[in-house]
Amino acid sequence: MRPLIEQTRVAALLAVVTIALLGGVYPLLVTAVARVAFPYQAAGSMVRLGGRVIGSAIVGECWTSPACLHGRPSASSYDPTATGGTNLAPTSAVLIAQVRRRIVRLRRDNPHAVLPLPIDLVTASGSGIDPDVSPAAAYYQAPRIAAARGVSVARIDAVIARAVRPRTFGILGEPRVNVLAVNLALAALHPRPGAPARSTRARRRQADAARTRCAA
Amino acid sequence: MTAAGWSAALAFFGIVALLTKPLGGYLARVFEGQRTPLSPLLRPLESAIYRVCGVREDAEMTWYEYAIALLLFSAIGFAYLYVLLRTQAWLPLNPQHFANLSPALAWNTAISFTTNTNWQFYSGESSLSYLTQMAGLTWHNFVSAGAGIAIAVAVIRGVARSQTCRLGNFWVDLTRACLYVLAPVAFAAAIVLVWQGVPQNFSPYRQVTTLQGGAQTLTGGPMASQEAIKEFGTNGGGFVNANSASPNENPTPLSNLLELVLMFALGAALTYTYGTMVRDTRAGWALFTTMAILFFFGFAGAYAAEAAGNPLVHQLGVAGANMEGKECRFGAGASALFATVTTDTSCGAVNAMHDSFMPLGGLVTLANMQLGEIVFGGAGSGLYGMLGFVVLTVFIAGLMVGRTPELLGKKIERREVQFAILAVLVTPVLSLLPSAIAVMVPAGLATLGNHGPHGFSEILYAFTSTNANNGSAFAGLGPNRFYDYATGANMLLGRFAVIVPMLALAGSLAGKRAVPAGPGTFSTRSAVFVALLLGTIVVVGALTFLPADALGPIAEQLFLRHGVTFR
Amino acid sequence: MSYDRAFLVAAGRDALRKLDPRWLWRNPVMLVVEAGALVATAYAALAAFEAGRRSAGFDIAIAAWLWVTVLFANGAEAIAERRGKTQADALRRTKSDTRARRLHDDGSIEVVASATLRKGDRFVVEAGELIAADGEVIEGAATVDESAITGESAPVVRESGGDRSAVTGGTRVLSDRIVVRVSVNPGESFLDRMIGLVEGARRQKTPNEIALSILLAGLTLIFLVAVATLTPFLHYAGREPDTVVSIALLVCLIPTTIGGLLSAIGIAGMDRVMARNVLAMSGRAVEAAGDVDTLLLDKTGTVTLGNRQAVALVIAEGADAADAAGAAYLASLADETPEGRSIAALAARLGASGVQPADATVVAFSAYTRMSGVDLADGTALRKGAPDAVLGWIRARGGEPARDLGEHVDRIARAGGTPLLLARNATALAVIDLRDVLKPNMAQRFARLRAMGIRTVMVTGDNPLTAATIARDAGVDDFLAEATPEAKLRLIEREQRLGRLVAMTGDGTNDAPALAQADVGLAMNSGTPAAREAANMVDLDSDPTKLIEIVEVGKQLLMTRGALTTFSIANDVAKYFAILPAVFAAAYPVMHSLNVMHLATPQSAILSAVIFNALIIVALIPLALRGVRYEPKGADRVLLENALIYGVGGLILPFVGIKLVDLLLVAFHLT
Repeated sequence: MRPLIEQTRVAALLAVVTIALLGGVYPLLVTAVARVAFPYQAAGSMVRLGGRVIGSAIVGECWTSPACLHGRPSASSYDPTATGGTNLAPTSAVLIAQVRRRIVRLRRDNPHAVLPLPIDLVTASGSGIDPDVSPAAAYYQAPRIAAARGVSVARIDAVIARAVRPRTFGILGEPRVNVLAVNLALAALHPRPGAPARSTRARRRQADAARTRCAA
Repeated sequence: MTAAGWSAALAFFGIVALLTKPLGGYLARVFEGQRTPLSPLLRPLESAIYRVCGVREDAEMTWYEYAIALLLFSAIGFAYLYVLLRTQAWLPLNPQHFANLSPALAWNTAISFTTNTNWQFYSGESSLSYLTQMAGLTWHNFVSAGAGIAIAVAVIRGVARSQTCRLGNFWVDLTRACLYVLAPVAFAAAIVLVWQGVPQNFSPYRQVTTLQGGAQTLTGGPMASQEAIKEFGTNGGGFVNANSASPNENPTPLSNLLELVLMFALGAALTYTYGTMVRDTRAGWALFTTMAILFFFGFAGAYAAEAAGNPLVHQLGVAGANMEGKECRFGAGASALFATVTTDTSCGAVNAMHDSFMPLGGLVTLANMQLGEIVFGGAGSGLYGMLGFVVLTVFIAGLMVGRTPELLGKKIERREVQFAILAVLVTPVLSLLPSAIAVMVPAGLATLGNHGPHGFSEILYAFTSTNANNGSAFAGLGPNRFYDYATGANMLLGRFAVIVPMLALAGSLAGKRAVPAGPGTFSTRSAVFVALLLGTIVVVGALTFLPADALGPIAEQLFLRHGVTFR
Repeated sequence: MSYDRAFLVAAGRDALRKLDPRWLWRNPVMLVVEAGALVATAYAALAAFEAGRRSAGFDIAIAAWLWVTVLFANGAEAIAERRGKTQADALRRTKSDTRARRLHDDGSIEVVASATLRKGDRFVVEAGELIAADGEVIEGAATVDESAITGESAPVVRESGGDRSAVTGGTRVLSDRIVVRVSVNPGESFLDRMIGLVEGARRQKTPNEIALSILLAGLTLIFLVAVATLTPFLHYAGREPDTVVSIALLVCLIPTTIGGLLSAIGIAGMDRVMARNVLAMSGRAVEAAGDVDTLLLDKTGTVTLGNRQAVALVIAEGADAADAAGAAYLASLADETPEGRSIAALAARLGASGVQPADATVVAFSAYTRMSGVDLADGTALRKGAPDAVLGWIRARGGEPARDLGEHVDRIARAGGTPLLLARNATALAVIDLRDVLKPNMAQRFARLRAMGIRTVMVTGDNPLTAATIARDAGVDDFLAEATPEAKLRLIEREQRLGRLVAMTGDGTNDAPALAQADVGLAMNSGTPAAREAANMVDLDSDPTKLIEIVEVGKQLLMTRGALTTFSIANDVAKYFAILPAVFAAAYPVMHSLNVMHLATPQSAILSAVIFNALIIVALIPLALRGVRYEPKGADRVLLENALIYGVGGLILPFVGIKLVDLLLVAFHLT
């Protein structure tokens, strides 16, 4: 057997070289190519409105206004720095209580809903920042949004229908609706209710409400 | 279950099957030192690395030299990452000014990435600097997978060669695995992932005011470069806590498909590499078939359970699949598929929270790991784990034809059986014993996320996952010092207590003379052999866990049927 | 198989004696069962004293059946050993102390006890006396009755020099007087070794048995962990687990069936070899026989009958057929070898007759002249023999042989015959065609070997032409012509370099190196001590075709182990379904729905599984002793059939068996 010292030297040197190559050069190379080829995605798919970043197209956020399409319950109140699910078991009494509460609230907030309760609005997502809801969940909310905006349900339905993304290649994943995309479309349609509050205090109050509202 | 869900699974598997031969053949060329299309580009770099590091390319190692080289390299990698985690606050590329990790957590994490487990008791987005993520974790993702592939190749050489004690050079195999296999594929995959929306930047987190006026912190980082190797190297450690459920790591159904294919690609290809290197490609396809059968059984079970949904929720008037812990873009089908694949392999990435799976869906993920992750399996580890079962099957079944059993012409005798059973022993013993300790000490029960049978499942899952170097979790189980140290130790044993006997087995086989096959020797490529291999895997591998599983997921399923819930 | 009462009682006593842990530690599976039985007994005793404890009866029943399980396993081994012991006792009776007449260097003779004879001593034996020790005849020849060790009543000839010089202590000289040089020290004699072997006293685990034991120990350890961890797991679920139930579960899961029968299989395999009158020096050799790839067979005695027969008289150009036949008749009348007699018989069929003239001089065959014949009083000389030798004789007398003789000689040789030239004075008359006579049914036997995957190579001193023809007719795969002992050794080494296992038979001293080199060497009992020493098996009947049967026994031995291992492991599935619901129902009553076999009560379910587990050992003892039937039909086919019988059968049978036991327990109110 060759001396252990020599092998240790080889191990250390190889570690240093590969750290430089695979832990340094490789990610930098990917970054460089990505920045040139896909600058929008590489930066995080930031959505701008009037020059100001208002969110990410791929990250969900908390919606509380009745005039907006709401996303799913989130274990992290849509905080991207604390992603994750509730990790509650199907036999968890806590989970069942939460589902019960969400049902009550959904029924209360959507008195005119005609569609059955959508499963994705009573269960928390895996990431806590799920940007989508199912088409069923979007259409379920249409009567409430229409009422809040004073427009016909059909117009809201039409906005939603345009935002529905089918399964990729007809088989991959599930049909879905990006909540931010719908709300942006709604804002364009009838810009008032989605606008941010003016005063700092009102904004903070709104944010606090959001956190409790969207929490799992 | 929907037609689309099954079509997606079949399409996914079709892609894997189509990739197996070209990628497997490529691997064989790489490790037999032949020219490849990438050689003009990479060969000069490879030679330069050997020159700088003092690697003598043609000096082959015996099995224990090979094992010692691996252990040395792993020890250095562990020490390096531990130091990095303990000093990241003072190092560059830390825009969020994250603190140093505690000793226990650093110990756990350093082992976790050294052993290709990537068990995460930390949240990446709120505790690790960009430097740690790329120079620490991304690097480990490469080399721990590269080491796994190297071991698998060494074990294959043991089967293929005869009358030698040499299994190859670890440094060369590791370098080639990283340079020729992992890096090019990871690079291409990373770019595709960026195209699909995975961020790749070094920007600090960005505070934004949402359309509705709320505040949100949007994260960033070199995610795509890590995501690609995380799946391809079957590492599974997410850049962020939610792992591949996070839309940042896995934004679309297409990125999801890519990640799935990356997870299976190496494990599947290595079956073909095995066939090529032992000059019996049909024996390689027999392993592929065995794995494919186990995969589809697992997927069918998990998909059925998740698609059926939670009856306790249904009772409240909401129909549908089990969507708790799942993402809308994936739904039950793609989530069940991902969960099956990630536990078939030693990846452990998740695109849905396993803890919130239906009991039988969770059972599939648990059972996959309990089999030893030999369904395509981890980068390299799947193949050598499977070969352990092959040796046992050959030994038991081979006796039934009235000869001393032979694997591709090599007699399976005392030493081979001894090493194979040692390797196979590791999974049940090191999953069950620590679980037993955990349920007996207060610290083991202190951080449970759920109670009743599911709480037990969380403990069992933790030790099964760490021992099998998977890294996925029933993540309701929280970290504490007990789990930091216990799972850390378990990860170490789970990796090296399998590798060392498998290398010894390979060394023993390499020294043997291969007897030419005749009508008196049975082939390891027949349907009968596949059936016997399946039988051995299920009875020896999985049934051992039946008593434990019965108290976890199976009991939970029965309670669910009776409508019983737990605090 | 039937055994008398005394036999079974003796075996039962042995089974009890084997409960000693010092004996059982060699068998970890059964040791675990015994430890479990001990603990269960302790619990049962405690339960019995603890008034009113409900489970006392159950605990006692489980403990009892666990002891029964160990006893059944020990019994299997004891029965296998007993059969050997019976044989050994018979052998030992022949080993009664005999007297020997030791011959000193000065020629004086001293009567001593046979036990005092040492290697190198010489002694004299005369008709009617027992041979005192193993040795080699160095003077004289005698007929010997070896029935004591071979069971064969026909006496055999033992003579000094050559390949029939070995005598065995305990056999009886029937005629003549011989001087024997002792070849072994007391206690190491052939008879001693034989007794040791059949008793199993010197039995060591064979390599395959060791490998299998390691596998079984590993499985036992896995299940030990699986069951031991159940205690804390159940504790988590809020139940204190029942230790006796845990033990019952453990015993049912560990591979007790194969663990209990493993050594019996090995002993029985040796026994089956012995039943064929072959003495295997180790179990390893029998096992190796199952692995043989190449079988070296001596032509004479194995492929062909020992003697050649004259089948044709080819008349030389210019000779008269009737005259040639008459000459052949005369030349062979005095030749008492089988070949000579067959020539005379052939000539008689061709019309020759008469008696030997009284004044004729017989010329006997010698290795130097390589011909024989007769010189008549009238000066006529008749010779028959190897063509070149006879041609030389003709030329020496000034004759010139007919031109077509060479052709005839070649043609006969090519056809596999041995040509003999017949000449009178200076004239060649005819070529005699001597043919080997193949043993009956050999072609089928070689086909059977081929189906097993074994290549047969015929070894002969014949020229390549003759050898090729015989090889073709006999159906062997290959041949080694003009073989010398060295060529034989080289052939074995070449095969072994290719990774093949080689078996051969031999009897001569010059076979010894090859016998030692071969993986399986079968020496003939009639052979020299050197050959018997070098071989790892001795055939007491001196029948070289026996090797084929030994190969089959070796294969059966391995198959039986594999089949019972598969069966034992497959059994676990049903046992899980029987026991687990019963174990867990106490913790989680919902688990009752897993009781797919609808066993009456948790107690009856566990007891049924334990009883089935014990009874299956007894049920399989005959199979273990007899061995799994072996049909040579190609490995994949055999594998499929055995996998179906023992694998799938092993899955299904316990479901039926356990249910049946449960029904009986209920019917007799034993639960």
